[in-house]
Amino acid sequence: MFDKSVAELSRALLSKQISAVELARIYLDRIEQHRALNAFLDVRPDVTLGQAKAADARIARGDATPLTGVPIAHKDIFVTRDFASTASSRMLQGYMSPFDATIVENLAGAGMVTLGKLNCDEFAMGSSNENSHYGNVLNPWDKNAVPGGSSGGSAAAVAARIAPAATATDTGGSIREPAAFSGVTGIKPTYGRASRWGMIAFASSLDQAGVMTCSAEDAALLFNGMLGFDPKDSTSVERAAEDYTRDLRSDVKGLRIGVPAEFFDAGLQPDVEKAVREALAEYARLGANLVDISLPNAALGIPVYYVIAPAECSSNLSRFDGIRYGHRAERYADLDDMIKKSRAEGFGPEPQRRILIGTYVLSHGYYDAYYIQAQKVRRIIADEFQQAFRACDVIAGPVTTSVAFGFGEKAADPVAMYLSDLYTIPGSLAGIPAMSLPCGFGAHNRPVGLQLMANYFEEAKLLGVAHRYQEATDWHRRMPPGI
Amino acid sequence: MALTSSDVRRIAHLARIEISDAQSEQTLIQLNEIFKLIEQLQAVDTSGIEPMSHPLGGSQRLRADVIGDHPDRDLVMNNAPASQDGLFLVPKVIE
Repeated sequence: MFDKSVAELSRALLSKQISAVELARIYLDRIEQHRALNAFLDVRPDVTLGQAKAADARIARGDATPLTGVPIAHKDIFVTRDFASTASSRMLQGYMSPFDATIVENLAGAGMVTLGKLNCDEFAMGSSNENSHYGNVLNPWDKNAVPGGSSGGSAAAVAARIAPAATATDTGGSIREPAAFSGVTGIKPTYGRASRWGMIAFASSLDQAGVMTCSAEDAALLFNGMLGFDPKDSTSVERAAEDYTRDLRSDVKGLRIGVPAEFFDAGLQPDVEKAVREALAEYARLGANLVDISLPNAALGIPVYYVIAPAECSSNLSRFDGIRYGHRAERYADLDDMIKKSRAEGFGPEPQRRILIGTYVLSHGYYDAYYIQAQKVRRIIADEFQQAFRACDVIAGPVTTSVAFGFGEKAADPVAMYLSDLYTIPGSLAGIPAMSLPCGFGAHNRPVGLQLMANYFEEAKLLGVAHRYQEATDWHRRMPPGI
Repeated sequence: MALTSSDVRRIAHLARIEISDAQSEQTLIQLNEIFKLIEQLQAVDTSGIEPMSHPLGGSQRLRADVIGDHPDRDLVMNNAPASQDGLFLVPKVIE
Protein backbone atom coordinates (compact mmCIF):
# COMPACT_ATOMS: atom_id res chain seq x y z
CA MET A 1 0.00 0.00 0.00
CA PHE A 2 2.90 2.36 0.73
CA ASP A 3 3.79 2.73 -2.95
CA LYS A 4 0.36 4.18 -3.77
CA SER A 5 -0.40 7.79 -4.65
CA VAL A 6 -2.77 10.00 -2.66
CA ALA A 7 -5.32 9.54 -5.47
CA GLU A 8 -5.06 5.74 -5.20
CA LEU A 9 -5.17 5.76 -1.39
CA SER A 10 -8.24 7.96 -1.55
CA ARG A 11 -10.03 5.47 -3.80
CA ALA A 12 -8.98 2.53 -1.58
CA LEU A 13 -10.31 4.31 1.53
CA LEU A 14 -13.61 5.43 0.01
CA SER A 15 -14.27 1.95 -1.42
CA LYS A 16 -13.36 0.49 2.02
CA GLN A 17 -10.55 -1.72 0.68
CA ILE A 18 -8.54 -0.44 3.62
CA SER A 19 -9.39 1.53 6.75
CA ALA A 20 -7.71 4.78 7.75
CA VAL A 21 -6.47 3.06 10.92
CA GLU A 22 -4.85 0.23 8.94
CA LEU A 23 -3.26 2.75 6.59
CA ALA A 24 -1.95 4.89 9.45
CA ARG A 25 -0.39 1.77 11.03
CA ILE A 26 1.39 0.90 7.76
CA TYR A 27 2.98 4.34 7.62
CA LEU A 28 3.79 4.49 11.34
CA ASP A 29 5.62 1.17 10.94
CA ARG A 30 7.50 2.48 7.94
CA ILE A 31 8.50 5.63 9.82
CA GLU A 32 9.91 3.40 12.57
CA GLN A 33 11.72 1.18 10.03
CA HIS A 34 13.36 4.21 8.39
CA ARG A 35 14.29 6.08 11.56
CA ALA A 36 17.88 6.37 10.25
CA LEU A 37 16.73 8.88 7.62
CA ASN A 38 15.98 11.29 10.50
CA ALA A 39 13.10 12.75 8.50
CA PHE A 40 10.70 12.93 11.46
CA LEU A 41 11.21 15.05 14.59
CA ASP A 42 7.99 14.15 16.43
CA VAL A 43 5.77 11.10 16.02
CA ARG A 44 2.86 10.34 18.39
CA PRO A 45 1.06 7.16 17.30
CA ASP A 46 -1.81 7.71 19.77
CA VAL A 47 -2.61 11.09 18.18
CA THR A 48 -2.31 9.69 14.65
CA LEU A 49 -4.47 6.65 15.36
CA GLY A 50 -7.08 8.81 17.09
CA GLN A 51 -7.38 10.96 13.96
CA ALA A 52 -7.51 7.82 11.79
CA LYS A 53 -10.39 6.42 13.87
CA ALA A 54 -12.29 9.67 13.41
CA ALA A 55 -11.62 9.49 9.66
CA ASP A 56 -13.01 5.95 9.51
CA ALA A 57 -16.14 7.09 11.33
CA ARG A 58 -16.52 9.93 8.83
CA ILE A 59 -16.15 7.55 5.87
CA ALA A 60 -18.73 5.25 7.47
CA ARG A 61 -21.12 8.19 7.87
CA GLY A 62 -20.71 8.99 4.19
CA ASP A 63 -19.49 12.59 4.56
CA ALA A 64 -15.87 12.00 3.59
CA THR A 65 -13.84 14.22 1.24
CA PRO A 66 -11.31 12.76 -1.24
CA LEU A 67 -8.63 13.40 1.42
CA THR A 68 -10.36 11.78 4.39
CA GLY A 69 -8.16 9.13 5.98
CA VAL A 70 -5.15 9.88 3.78
CA PRO A 71 -2.03 10.36 5.92
CA ILE A 72 0.16 13.47 5.68
CA ALA A 73 3.18 14.80 7.59
CA HIS A 74 3.87 18.46 8.29
CA LYS A 75 7.11 20.37 8.01
CA ASP A 76 8.08 21.45 11.51
CA ILE A 77 7.65 25.08 10.53
CA PHE A 78 3.84 24.79 10.87
CA VAL A 79 2.63 25.00 14.45
CA THR A 80 0.48 22.15 15.73
CA ARG A 81 -1.35 21.62 19.01
CA ASP A 82 -0.77 17.88 19.18
CA PHE A 83 2.92 17.72 18.21
CA ALA A 84 5.89 19.83 19.31
CA SER A 85 6.69 22.75 16.96
CA THR A 86 10.40 23.55 16.90
CA ALA A 87 11.35 25.02 13.48
CA SER A 88 14.27 22.56 13.91
CA SER A 89 15.77 25.05 16.37
CA ARG A 90 17.09 24.69 19.89
CA MET A 91 15.21 27.95 20.48
CA LEU A 92 11.84 26.17 20.29
CA GLN A 93 12.76 22.76 21.71
CA GLY A 94 9.59 21.23 23.19
CA TYR A 95 7.36 24.18 22.23
CA MET A 96 3.66 23.20 22.25
CA SER A 97 1.57 25.62 20.23
CA PRO A 98 -1.79 26.69 21.66
CA PHE A 99 -3.27 26.54 18.14
CA ASP A 100 -2.89 24.82 14.76
CA ALA A 101 -1.61 26.58 11.62
CA THR A 102 -4.46 27.28 9.17
CA ILE A 103 -2.90 24.89 6.62
CA VAL A 104 -2.86 22.12 9.24
CA GLU A 105 -6.42 22.96 10.28
CA ASN A 106 -7.65 22.95 6.64
CA LEU A 107 -6.12 19.56 5.87
CA ALA A 108 -7.35 18.09 9.16
CA GLY A 109 -10.77 19.55 8.36
CA ALA A 110 -10.73 17.60 5.09
CA GLY A 111 -10.08 14.49 7.18
CA MET A 112 -6.35 13.99 6.63
CA VAL A 113 -4.47 12.06 9.29
CA THR A 114 -1.25 13.62 10.66
CA LEU A 115 1.76 11.29 10.86
CA GLY A 116 4.00 13.77 12.66
CA LYS A 117 6.41 16.64 12.17
CA LEU A 118 9.26 16.76 9.69
CA ASN A 119 12.86 17.86 10.07
CA CYS A 120 14.00 20.95 8.13
CA ASP A 121 16.72 23.58 8.17
CA GLU A 122 16.52 25.76 11.27
CA PHE A 123 13.78 28.37 10.73
CA ALA A 124 13.70 27.18 7.08
CA MET A 125 17.11 28.73 6.43
CA GLY A 126 19.27 26.48 4.30
CA SER A 127 19.56 24.43 1.14
CA SER A 128 20.78 21.08 2.49
CA ASN A 129 18.97 20.47 5.79
CA GLU A 130 22.40 20.54 7.45
CA ASN A 131 21.28 23.54 9.52
CA SER A 132 18.83 21.55 11.67
CA HIS A 133 19.59 21.50 15.39
CA TYR A 134 18.29 17.91 15.37
CA GLY A 135 20.73 16.42 12.86
CA ASN A 136 21.00 15.76 9.14
CA VAL A 137 18.27 14.14 7.07
CA LEU A 138 19.61 11.51 4.67
CA ASN A 139 18.69 11.46 0.99
CA PRO A 140 16.84 8.13 0.46
CA TRP A 141 18.47 7.76 -2.99
CA ASP A 142 22.00 8.06 -1.67
CA LYS A 143 22.85 8.21 2.02
CA ASN A 144 25.96 10.28 1.24
CA ALA A 145 23.91 13.02 -0.38
CA VAL A 146 21.93 15.84 1.22
CA PRO A 147 18.15 15.71 0.66
CA GLY A 148 18.12 19.44 -0.10
CA GLY A 149 16.60 22.14 2.05
CA SER A 150 15.07 23.71 3.76
CA SER A 151 12.18 21.19 3.42
CA GLY A 152 14.59 18.22 3.50
CA GLY A 153 12.48 16.08 5.83
CA SER A 154 9.40 16.59 3.65
CA ALA A 155 11.29 15.55 0.51
CA ALA A 156 12.99 12.53 2.11
CA ALA A 157 9.74 11.30 3.72
CA VAL A 158 7.86 11.33 0.42
CA ALA A 159 10.83 9.89 -1.54
CA ALA A 160 11.10 6.98 0.95
CA ARG A 161 7.32 6.54 0.94
CA ILE A 162 7.17 6.86 4.72
CA ALA A 163 4.51 9.52 4.10
CA PRO A 164 2.37 9.67 0.94
CA ALA A 165 2.47 13.47 1.05
CA ALA A 166 3.96 16.28 3.10
CA THR A 167 3.57 20.00 3.57
CA ALA A 168 6.58 22.20 2.93
CA THR A 169 7.44 25.89 2.62
CA ASP A 170 9.30 27.93 0.06
CA THR A 171 11.04 31.25 0.64
CA GLY A 172 13.74 31.07 -2.04
CA GLY A 173 13.45 27.49 -3.28
CA SER A 174 12.92 25.42 -0.14
CA ILE A 175 10.28 23.22 -1.82
CA ARG A 176 11.66 22.90 -5.37
CA GLU A 177 15.33 22.31 -4.51
CA PRO A 178 14.76 19.43 -2.05
CA ALA A 179 12.06 17.99 -4.36
CA ALA A 180 14.65 17.95 -7.17
CA PHE A 181 17.43 16.51 -4.98
CA SER A 182 15.16 13.79 -3.56
CA GLY A 183 13.23 12.92 -6.73
CA VAL A 184 9.70 13.94 -5.73
CA THR A 185 7.10 16.41 -7.02
CA GLY A 186 7.06 19.72 -5.15
CA ILE A 187 5.01 22.85 -5.76
CA LYS A 188 4.66 26.31 -4.25
CA PRO A 189 1.52 28.27 -5.18
CA THR A 190 1.22 31.99 -5.94
CA TYR A 191 2.21 34.15 -2.97
CA GLY A 192 -0.97 34.78 -1.00
CA ARG A 193 -2.77 31.54 -1.92
CA ALA A 194 -1.67 29.58 1.15
CA SER A 195 -2.30 30.98 4.59
CA ARG A 196 0.80 31.96 6.55
CA TRP A 197 -1.09 31.87 9.86
CA GLY A 198 0.80 29.53 12.15
CA MET A 199 3.69 29.13 9.74
CA ILE A 200 6.74 30.21 11.73
CA ALA A 201 7.84 33.34 9.87
CA PHE A 202 11.20 33.68 8.13
CA ALA A 203 10.79 36.30 5.34
CA SER A 204 7.16 37.34 5.22
CA SER A 205 7.06 38.84 1.71
CA LEU A 206 8.42 35.57 0.30
CA ASP A 207 7.27 32.71 2.59
CA GLN A 208 4.68 30.47 0.96
CA ALA A 209 3.42 27.01 1.89
CA GLY A 210 3.17 24.19 -0.62
CA VAL A 211 3.36 20.42 -0.84
CA MET A 212 5.60 17.48 -1.68
CA THR A 213 3.92 14.50 -3.31
CA CYS A 214 4.55 11.62 -5.70
CA SER A 215 2.71 13.33 -8.56
CA ALA A 216 1.18 16.55 -9.85
CA GLU A 217 -2.26 14.94 -9.58
CA ASP A 218 -1.71 14.39 -5.84
CA ALA A 219 -0.56 17.98 -5.40
CA ALA A 220 -3.78 19.20 -7.08
CA LEU A 221 -5.88 17.09 -4.70
CA LEU A 222 -4.01 18.51 -1.69
CA PHE A 223 -4.32 22.10 -2.93
CA ASN A 224 -8.09 21.62 -3.06
CA GLY A 225 -8.08 20.91 0.67
CA MET A 226 -5.36 23.29 1.73
CA LEU A 227 -5.51 26.62 -0.11
CA GLY A 228 -8.00 29.43 0.31
CA PHE A 229 -8.61 32.85 1.80
CA ASP A 230 -7.71 33.23 5.47
CA PRO A 231 -8.75 36.40 7.30
CA LYS A 232 -6.01 35.71 9.87
CA ASP A 233 -3.25 36.33 7.27
CA SER A 234 -3.09 39.96 6.08
CA THR A 235 -1.48 38.92 2.77
CA SER A 236 -3.96 36.13 2.02
CA VAL A 237 -5.68 36.82 -1.30
CA GLU A 238 -9.46 37.01 -1.41
CA ARG A 239 -10.43 34.83 -4.34
CA ALA A 240 -13.15 32.27 -4.88
CA ALA A 241 -12.27 28.63 -4.19
CA GLU A 242 -10.94 26.74 -7.20
CA ASP A 243 -10.74 23.14 -8.33
CA TYR A 244 -7.01 22.64 -8.87
CA THR A 245 -7.63 19.32 -10.64
CA ARG A 246 -9.62 20.99 -13.42
CA ASP A 247 -6.80 21.04 -15.99
CA LEU A 248 -5.50 17.52 -15.35
CA ARG A 249 -7.25 16.25 -18.48
CA SER A 250 -6.02 18.97 -20.82
CA ASP A 251 -3.26 18.30 -23.33
CA VAL A 252 -0.23 20.41 -24.21
CA LYS A 253 -0.74 20.68 -27.98
CA GLY A 254 0.20 24.20 -29.01
CA LEU A 255 1.25 25.13 -25.46
CA ARG A 256 4.09 27.63 -25.57
CA ILE A 257 6.87 26.60 -23.18
CA GLY A 258 9.38 29.39 -22.59
CA VAL A 259 12.98 28.27 -22.12
CA PRO A 260 15.09 31.01 -20.49
CA ALA A 261 18.63 31.14 -21.89
CA GLU A 262 19.92 32.34 -18.50
CA PHE A 263 18.94 29.01 -16.89
CA PHE A 264 21.31 27.12 -19.20
CA ASP A 265 24.45 29.12 -18.46
CA ALA A 266 27.99 27.91 -17.83
CA GLY A 267 27.20 26.96 -14.23
CA LEU A 268 24.71 24.25 -15.23
CA GLN A 269 26.20 20.76 -14.91
CA PRO A 270 26.01 18.64 -18.11
CA ASP A 271 24.16 15.73 -16.40
CA VAL A 272 21.38 18.04 -15.21
CA GLU A 273 21.23 19.82 -18.57
CA LYS A 274 20.90 16.50 -20.42
CA ALA A 275 17.93 15.32 -18.33
CA VAL A 276 16.19 18.71 -18.54
CA ARG A 277 16.72 18.96 -22.33
CA GLU A 278 15.25 15.46 -22.71
CA ALA A 279 12.19 16.51 -20.70
CA LEU A 280 11.77 19.54 -22.98
CA ALA A 281 12.07 17.24 -26.01
CA GLU A 282 9.32 15.04 -24.49
CA TYR A 283 7.04 18.09 -24.27
CA ALA A 284 7.83 18.90 -27.92
CA ARG A 285 6.84 15.32 -28.86
CA LEU A 286 3.59 15.83 -26.96
CA GLY A 287 2.86 18.83 -29.17
CA ALA A 288 4.14 21.80 -27.16
CA ASN A 289 6.15 24.58 -28.80
CA LEU A 290 9.45 25.47 -27.18
CA VAL A 291 10.07 29.22 -27.26
CA ASP A 292 13.38 30.93 -26.46
CA ILE A 293 12.87 33.58 -23.80
CA SER A 294 15.13 35.74 -21.67
CA LEU A 295 15.14 36.68 -17.99
CA PRO A 296 18.19 38.97 -18.24
CA ASN A 297 18.51 39.83 -14.56
CA ALA A 298 17.56 36.47 -13.04
CA ALA A 299 21.06 35.96 -11.64
CA LEU A 300 20.68 39.16 -9.58
CA GLY A 301 18.00 37.25 -7.68
CA ILE A 302 20.65 35.90 -5.32
CA PRO A 303 21.98 39.27 -4.09
CA VAL A 304 18.42 40.64 -3.94
CA TYR A 305 17.31 37.65 -1.89
CA TYR A 306 20.27 37.88 0.51
CA VAL A 307 19.26 41.44 1.36
CA ILE A 308 15.47 41.06 1.54
CA ALA A 309 15.26 37.67 3.26
CA PRO A 310 17.76 38.50 6.04
CA ALA A 311 16.14 41.92 6.55
CA GLU A 312 12.73 40.35 7.06
CA CYS A 313 14.22 37.52 9.12
CA SER A 314 15.99 39.92 11.50
CA SER A 315 12.64 41.58 12.10
CA ASN A 316 10.63 38.35 12.43
CA LEU A 317 13.11 36.61 14.71
CA SER A 318 13.31 39.57 17.08
CA ARG A 319 10.30 38.03 18.83
CA PHE A 320 12.53 35.34 20.34
CA ASP A 321 13.68 36.97 23.55
CA GLY A 322 13.53 34.12 26.08
CA ILE A 323 10.61 35.76 27.89
CA ARG A 324 7.28 34.51 26.58
CA TYR A 325 8.41 31.27 24.98
CA GLY A 326 11.55 29.66 23.65
CA HIS A 327 14.97 29.08 25.10
CA ARG A 328 16.15 31.12 28.10
CA ALA A 329 19.83 31.11 29.15
CA GLU A 330 20.46 29.79 32.65
CA ARG A 331 22.89 32.45 33.85
CA TYR A 332 22.76 36.17 33.05
CA ALA A 333 23.47 39.53 34.66
CA ASP A 334 20.33 41.49 33.73
CA LEU A 335 17.43 41.63 31.25
CA ASP A 336 19.54 42.72 28.26
CA ASP A 337 22.17 40.10 29.02
CA MET A 338 19.47 37.44 29.38
CA ILE A 339 18.07 38.26 25.93
CA LYS A 340 21.53 38.34 24.29
CA LYS A 341 22.63 35.04 25.84
CA SER A 342 19.30 33.32 25.16
CA ARG A 343 19.47 34.28 21.47
CA ALA A 344 23.17 33.33 21.17
CA GLU A 345 22.43 29.88 22.65
CA GLY A 346 19.03 29.32 21.05
CA PHE A 347 19.82 30.22 17.43
CA GLY A 348 22.28 28.18 15.35
CA PRO A 349 24.96 29.77 13.14
CA GLU A 350 22.84 30.31 10.00
CA PRO A 351 19.93 32.19 11.62
CA GLN A 352 22.49 34.27 13.55
CA ARG A 353 24.32 35.09 10.31
CA ARG A 354 21.10 36.15 8.62
CA ILE A 355 19.92 38.18 11.58
CA LEU A 356 23.23 40.07 11.54
CA ILE A 357 23.09 40.73 7.78
CA GLY A 358 19.47 41.85 8.09
CA THR A 359 20.16 44.10 11.05
CA TYR A 360 22.97 45.74 9.10
CA VAL A 361 21.07 46.36 5.85
CA LEU A 362 18.17 47.85 7.80
CA SER A 363 20.35 50.05 9.99
CA HIS A 364 20.58 53.81 9.73
CA GLY A 365 22.59 54.96 6.72
CA TYR A 366 22.38 51.63 4.84
CA TYR A 367 18.63 51.18 4.44
CA ASP A 368 18.34 52.97 1.09
CA ALA A 369 21.60 51.65 -0.36
CA TYR A 370 20.80 48.01 0.39
CA TYR A 371 17.20 47.33 1.32
CA ILE A 372 15.42 49.79 -0.99
CA GLN A 373 17.86 49.07 -3.83
CA ALA A 374 17.17 45.31 -3.43
CA GLN A 375 13.40 45.96 -3.52
CA LYS A 376 13.85 47.91 -6.76
CA VAL A 377 15.86 45.14 -8.41
CA ARG A 378 13.21 42.70 -7.16
CA ARG A 379 10.68 44.61 -9.25
CA ILE A 380 12.98 44.50 -12.32
CA ILE A 381 13.11 40.69 -11.99
CA ALA A 382 9.35 40.37 -11.45
CA ASP A 383 8.66 42.62 -14.49
CA GLU A 384 10.92 40.44 -16.64
CA PHE A 385 8.67 37.47 -15.87
CA GLN A 386 5.65 39.46 -17.05
CA GLN A 387 7.52 40.33 -20.23
CA ALA A 388 8.39 36.64 -20.73
CA PHE A 389 4.79 35.49 -20.18
CA ARG A 390 3.71 37.57 -23.18
CA ALA A 391 5.60 35.09 -25.37
CA CYS A 392 4.87 31.85 -23.51
CA ASP A 393 2.29 30.08 -21.31
CA VAL A 394 4.68 28.40 -18.88
CA ILE A 395 8.43 28.59 -18.29
CA ALA A 396 10.61 25.48 -18.01
CA GLY A 397 14.21 24.87 -17.01
CA PRO A 398 16.40 23.20 -14.41
CA VAL A 399 15.70 23.54 -10.67
CA THR A 400 19.33 23.30 -9.61
CA THR A 401 22.75 23.56 -11.26
CA SER A 402 23.76 20.08 -10.07
CA VAL A 403 22.33 16.93 -8.53
CA ALA A 404 22.36 16.66 -4.71
CA PHE A 405 25.79 17.38 -3.24
CA GLY A 406 27.44 15.48 -0.40
CA PHE A 407 27.31 16.24 3.32
CA GLY A 408 29.83 18.87 4.32
CA GLU A 409 30.64 19.87 0.75
CA LYS A 410 29.22 23.37 1.08
CA ALA A 411 28.55 23.60 4.81
CA ALA A 412 31.63 25.71 5.57
CA ASP A 413 31.06 28.17 2.73
CA PRO A 414 27.78 30.11 3.10
CA VAL A 415 28.13 31.81 -0.30
CA ALA A 416 28.57 28.48 -2.17
CA MET A 417 25.46 27.20 -0.35
CA TYR A 418 23.50 30.35 -1.27
CA LEU A 419 24.29 29.83 -4.96
CA SER A 420 22.35 26.50 -4.86
CA ASP A 421 19.18 28.54 -5.22
CA LEU A 422 20.18 30.41 -8.41
CA TYR A 423 17.26 29.08 -10.51
CA THR A 424 14.60 28.97 -7.80
CA ILE A 425 14.98 32.43 -6.23
CA PRO A 426 13.70 34.45 -9.24
CA GLY A 427 10.26 32.76 -9.12
CA SER A 428 10.08 33.28 -5.36
CA LEU A 429 10.91 36.98 -5.68
CA ALA A 430 8.20 37.40 -8.32
CA GLY A 431 5.75 35.40 -6.17
CA ILE A 432 4.58 33.17 -9.04
CA PRO A 433 3.62 29.47 -8.73
CA ALA A 434 6.53 27.13 -9.45
CA MET A 435 7.24 23.44 -9.16
CA SER A 436 9.79 20.70 -9.55
CA LEU A 437 9.09 17.29 -11.03
CA PRO A 438 11.41 14.31 -11.40
CA CYS A 439 12.85 14.08 -14.94
CA GLY A 440 15.72 11.62 -14.73
CA PHE A 441 18.99 10.89 -12.99
CA GLY A 442 22.44 12.45 -13.13
CA ALA A 443 25.84 11.84 -11.53
CA HIS A 444 25.93 9.05 -8.88
CA ASN A 445 22.42 8.11 -10.02
CA ARG A 446 21.00 11.03 -8.04
CA PRO A 447 17.65 12.53 -9.17
CA VAL A 448 17.24 15.57 -11.43
CA GLY A 449 14.28 17.95 -11.28
CA LEU A 450 12.52 19.85 -14.06
CA GLN A 451 11.28 23.29 -13.01
CA LEU A 452 7.98 24.61 -14.35
CA MET A 453 6.68 28.09 -13.58
CA ALA A 454 3.42 29.80 -14.52
CA ASN A 455 1.96 33.26 -14.09
CA TYR A 456 0.08 34.42 -10.97
CA PHE A 457 -2.90 32.22 -9.98
CA GLU A 458 -2.26 29.68 -12.75
CA GLU A 459 -1.59 26.70 -10.46
CA ALA A 460 -4.26 24.58 -12.18
CA LYS A 461 -2.64 25.12 -15.58
CA LEU A 462 0.81 24.41 -14.14
CA LEU A 463 -0.37 21.16 -12.56
CA GLY A 464 -2.07 20.14 -15.80
CA VAL A 465 1.13 20.68 -17.77
CA ALA A 466 3.10 18.66 -15.20
CA HIS A 467 0.49 15.88 -15.16
CA ARG A 468 0.68 15.49 -18.94
CA TYR A 469 4.43 14.82 -18.62
CA GLN A 470 3.83 12.34 -15.82
CA GLU A 471 1.29 10.49 -17.98
CA ALA A 472 3.94 10.14 -20.68
CA THR A 473 6.92 9.26 -18.44
CA ASP A 474 7.50 7.25 -15.27
CA TRP A 475 10.32 9.15 -13.50
CA HIS A 476 7.92 10.13 -10.71
CA ARG A 477 7.09 6.46 -10.05
CA ARG A 478 10.71 5.43 -9.52
CA MET A 479 11.53 4.62 -5.93
CA PRO A 480 14.88 4.63 -4.12
CA PRO A 481 16.44 1.15 -3.91
CA GLY A 482 15.92 -0.68 -0.63
CA ILE A 483 13.04 1.37 0.71
CA MET B 1 32.79 48.13 1.28
CA ALA B 2 34.16 45.88 4.00
CA LEU B 3 32.96 45.51 7.56
CA THR B 4 35.33 45.76 10.52
CA SER B 5 35.17 43.72 13.69
CA SER B 6 33.81 46.75 15.54
CA ASP B 7 30.96 46.85 12.97
CA VAL B 8 30.21 43.20 13.74
CA ARG B 9 30.12 43.86 17.49
CA ARG B 10 27.84 46.87 16.95
CA ILE B 11 25.44 44.89 14.72
CA ALA B 12 25.42 41.99 17.18
CA HIS B 13 24.52 44.41 19.95
CA LEU B 14 21.68 45.91 17.86
CA ALA B 15 20.44 42.36 17.13
CA ARG B 16 20.80 41.41 20.82
CA ILE B 17 23.01 38.41 20.15
CA GLU B 18 26.00 37.82 22.41
CA ILE B 19 29.13 37.27 20.40
CA SER B 20 32.65 36.44 21.60
CA ASP B 21 35.74 38.10 20.09
CA ALA B 22 36.79 34.81 18.46
CA GLN B 23 33.31 34.38 16.94
CA SER B 24 33.23 37.95 15.72
CA GLU B 25 36.46 37.40 13.73
CA GLN B 26 35.01 34.31 12.04
CA THR B 27 31.66 36.05 11.46
CA LEU B 28 33.46 39.05 9.98
CA ILE B 29 35.08 36.91 7.28
CA GLN B 30 31.78 35.25 6.35
CA LEU B 31 29.77 38.48 6.37
CA ASN B 32 32.31 40.17 4.11
CA GLU B 33 32.04 37.29 1.63
CA ILE B 34 28.25 37.66 1.65
CA PHE B 35 28.48 41.44 1.25
CA LYS B 36 30.73 40.95 -1.79
CA LEU B 37 27.81 39.05 -3.34
CA ILE B 38 25.33 41.76 -2.31
CA GLU B 39 27.53 44.54 -3.70
CA GLN B 40 26.55 43.49 -7.26
CA LEU B 41 23.29 45.36 -6.69
CA GLN B 42 25.05 48.71 -6.50
CA ALA B 43 25.85 48.56 -10.23
CA VAL B 44 22.19 48.21 -11.29
CA ASP B 45 20.48 51.35 -12.64
CA THR B 46 17.19 51.51 -10.76
CA SER B 47 16.25 55.10 -11.49
CA GLY B 48 12.51 55.50 -11.86
CA ILE B 49 11.75 52.03 -10.45
CA GLU B 50 9.36 51.65 -7.53
CA PRO B 51 10.57 49.36 -4.73
CA MET B 52 8.61 46.07 -4.63
CA SER B 53 7.71 45.20 -1.07
CA HIS B 54 5.13 42.53 -1.82
CA PRO B 55 4.49 40.28 -4.84
CA LEU B 56 0.87 41.28 -5.31
CA GLY B 57 1.25 45.00 -4.68
CA GLY B 58 -1.38 47.19 -3.11
CA SER B 59 -2.00 47.61 0.58
CA GLN B 60 -2.47 44.90 3.13
CA ARG B 61 -5.89 44.17 4.50
CA LEU B 62 -6.64 45.45 7.99
CA ARG B 63 -9.11 43.85 10.36
CA ALA B 64 -11.66 45.64 12.48
CA ASP B 65 -10.32 46.63 15.89
CA VAL B 66 -12.44 44.19 17.88
CA ILE B 67 -11.56 41.33 20.18
CA GLY B 68 -11.54 38.05 18.30
CA ASP B 69 -10.51 34.48 19.07
CA HIS B 70 -7.49 34.14 21.29
CA PRO B 71 -5.66 31.06 22.51
CA ASP B 72 -6.21 29.59 25.92
CA ARG B 73 -4.17 31.47 28.54
CA ASP B 74 -2.88 28.35 30.30
CA LEU B 75 -1.66 26.85 27.03
CA VAL B 76 0.21 30.08 26.31
CA MET B 77 1.76 30.26 29.78
CA ASN B 78 2.87 26.61 29.60
CA ASN B 79 5.54 27.66 27.11
CA ALA B 80 6.93 30.47 29.27
CA PRO B 81 10.47 29.81 30.57
CA ALA B 82 9.45 31.40 33.90
CA SER B 83 5.99 32.45 35.08
CA GLN B 84 3.98 33.03 38.21
CA ASP B 85 0.25 33.61 38.72
CA GLY B 86 -0.31 33.76 34.95
CA LEU B 87 2.41 36.39 34.46
CA PHE B 88 5.76 36.21 32.67
CA LEU B 89 8.78 36.57 34.96
CA VAL B 90 11.77 38.67 33.89
CA PRO B 91 14.90 39.81 35.76
CA LYS B 92 14.38 42.88 37.88
CA VAL B 93 14.58 46.06 35.75
CA ILE B 94 13.75 48.72 38.38
CA GLU B 95 15.56 48.80 41.73
